[in-house]
Amino acid sequence: MDILYSIFIDPFVQMGSAPDLLVQTLWEGLVSGVLYALIALGFVLIFKASGVFNFAQGIMVVFAALTLVGLYEAGVPAILALILTIAVMFLLAVGVERLVLRPLVNQPDIILFMATFGLTYFLIGFGELVFGGNPKVMITDELYLPRGSVEFEMFGGFVSLQKIDITAAIIASVMVAALAVFFQKTRIGRALRAVADSHKAALSVGISLNQIWIIVWFTAGIVALATGIMWGARSEVSFALQIIALKALPVLILGGFTSVPGAIVGGLIIGVGEKLGEFYWGPLVGSGIESWLAYVIALGFLLFRPQGLFGERIIERI
Amino acid sequence: MVRKLSTILATAIVASAFALPAKAQDSIYVPLFTYRTGPFSGSGIPIANGMRDYLTMLNERDGGIGGAKLILEECETGYDTKKGVECYEAVKGKNPVMINPWSTGITLPLIPRAAVDKIPILSMAYGLSASADGETFPWIFNPPNTYWDGLSMIIKYIGEQEGGLDKLKGKKIGYIYLDAGFGREPLPLFDQLARDLGFELKLYPVPADSMQNQSSQWLSVRRDRPDYMVLYGWGALNPTAVKEAAKINYPMEKFISIWWPGDDDMRSAGPGGKGFKTLNWHAVGTDFPALQDIQKLVVDKGLSQAPKNSVGEVLYNRGVYNSMLIAEGIRNAQKLTGKTVVTGEDVRRGLETLNIDEARLKELGLEGFAGPIKLTCTDHNGHRPAFMQQWDGEKWVKISEPIEPMADRVKPLLEAAARDYAEKSTGWPKRTEPCDKQS
Repeated sequence: MDILYSIFIDPFVQMGSAPDLLVQTLWEGLVSGVLYALIALGFVLIFKASGVFNFAQGIMVVFAALTLVGLYEAGVPAILALILTIAVMFLLAVGVERLVLRPLVNQPDIILFMATFGLTYFLIGFGELVFGGNPKVMITDELYLPRGSVEFEMFGGFVSLQKIDITAAIIASVMVAALAVFFQKTRIGRALRAVADSHKAALSVGISLNQIWIIVWFTAGIVALATGIMWGARSEVSFALQIIALKALPVLILGGFTSVPGAIVGGLIIGVGEKLGEFYWGPLVGSGIESWLAYVIALGFLLFRPQGLFGERIIERI
Repeated sequence: MVRKLSTILATAIVASAFALPAKAQDSIYVPLFTYRTGPFSGSGIPIANGMRDYLTMLNERDGGIGGAKLILEECETGYDTKKGVECYEAVKGKNPVMINPWSTGITLPLIPRAAVDKIPILSMAYGLSASADGETFPWIFNPPNTYWDGLSMIIKYIGEQEGGLDKLKGKKIGYIYLDAGFGREPLPLFDQLARDLGFELKLYPVPADSMQNQSSQWLSVRRDRPDYMVLYGWGALNPTAVKEAAKINYPMEKFISIWWPGDDDMRSAGPGGKGFKTLNWHAVGTDFPALQDIQKLVVDKGLSQAPKNSVGEVLYNRGVYNSMLIAEGIRNAQKLTGKTVVTGEDVRRGLETLNIDEARLKELGLEGFAGPIKLTCTDHNGHRPAFMQQWDGEKWVKISEPIEPMADRVKPLLEAAARDYAEKSTGWPKRTEPCDKQS
């Protein structure tokens, strides 16, 4: 009976007795969710354009953040370092298109997927060679990102919102809105979706596959840079950021691999779900459940929608 | 022409055949398991630099140890247990005199192999606490203190802050840790101390993939309001924990860690980390002849991978201390056996009779760097005291006298854990290795 009480009654009693903590948990979940969504967006962009699951998205986050901080440490002013990092991400996109994707056109998806593994290890080695493996401090003041927190008294307690988290939420929302418009309303966006449907068909109507790939990898690079800045500011800029990218997997399972809104909604559901789960139900099983709870949530949704919340339903004749 | 070439080739082969054994006679192979890459490289790099630089300095200054040049080879583990075991398998055929796994997770699977392969394991202040018992674990060494000693020192320090251990009754102590072998290691002692001293223990495990996203754990801390927080973290977990603690306004002077947070961690943690405390047992800085030799003979000559300003930082010096133990183990083995080129079996004996007193520390150019240490056949640890240091925003400052571990509480548990390990490991061998006299 006690166990049933602990599972079904006690967490809700806690929510009612300390609503400020509930609000704080929801906020932390939303912030984590937004940041997961940012990582997932990088995956979705490339998957949409090429049907490839880009295993290198995690290391792109690290590489972009390291480039920014590395350039700053080398004496380049912060804003110029940011612009140069964007340029580096563009060069990376061109390099990936020329050296990895172009020779593999029309190869099975698994070949392209494996190529992104190779790219991951190349970027790890190259990043360590150029910037070293030491953790670095993300430049926040220099990029005019706010520090500190805003506290609100609420329900007899308080809720604390970190300014950097608010900024992350705003930046992520702006990026998502911009990408949604880009995909739906622009010529390049439509071309991009055409490429995703069929490389050959897209080529036959005059769409430049190479150009589209550069655009999409560059966009994913920009998303990686934004993600790296936000996650780096919460902790440090190190190769440990790569692990965070794995958190995007349940988000993608949940939201669908081809949907920008899916990445956002999936991110928020996973973020809020894992924080609520860890905070209210985690102590029942010794805590530390976050790492697998996200997958359980995603699997729960998959039982009802195998293609994910916003994924395209694929019917194949056999 | 062909005949001439054949003659040259034959001469070269014969010469190399003579040269190889000569080289082998004068060298000792010391593999270093390091992690300069991966998620934990932030902690791994300074330690790897300190370890390598001290041994390189011995090669440069003294030509090695006792006439034998040290052959140093790093094996990158990435702090990954599987890779660590692969490294072990890769180096064990090269007659290593000792293995330094630099991971509790890697140490654990190597413990049963050490006796079989006759290679001693030096897990300096990490690994299995119970392996301090030399009777049960003749091939494992974990000086100068175990994780259990460390925890007992932290609790003792907290007791001092509160006016005595008896004042801990009714208090709440939180434990935030890497949810892996390392972080889970002190749990049995923590549970026991909570029962014995009457404080409530709250656990906040952090899975490796959440190291940089600890908001749930710190929300729970905010809810539970522990009087003190204890940290056993590694890699990115440390700066993130400090940042999150600052975020919920947790009083930093009540946040105390085991000895692993480094200078880089605290710089990443930012200004909120001021006041954070950790244990330590050796000095920071370069004001020691041995450290100055490293700078002159290794760093200045470009033989080090360490940035100049990192020499003397806490984790760099931790690596130096580790290599001082390696070197003294080898030197002691040479003394015991009369051989220049010693084996793993010899070095096991060397470590078991290690006695580094104040005079020896002075000879080593490390006077005042750390306290003396003496190991025996039964005690492979030393259980040395550590002191508390505090981050002042820029550097670590020593803030306490040496704190002795609670031997009366730790020792019986360690012995019981060692017995338990031997009983549960089918066919665990009884010690047959003879015990040498102290050198």
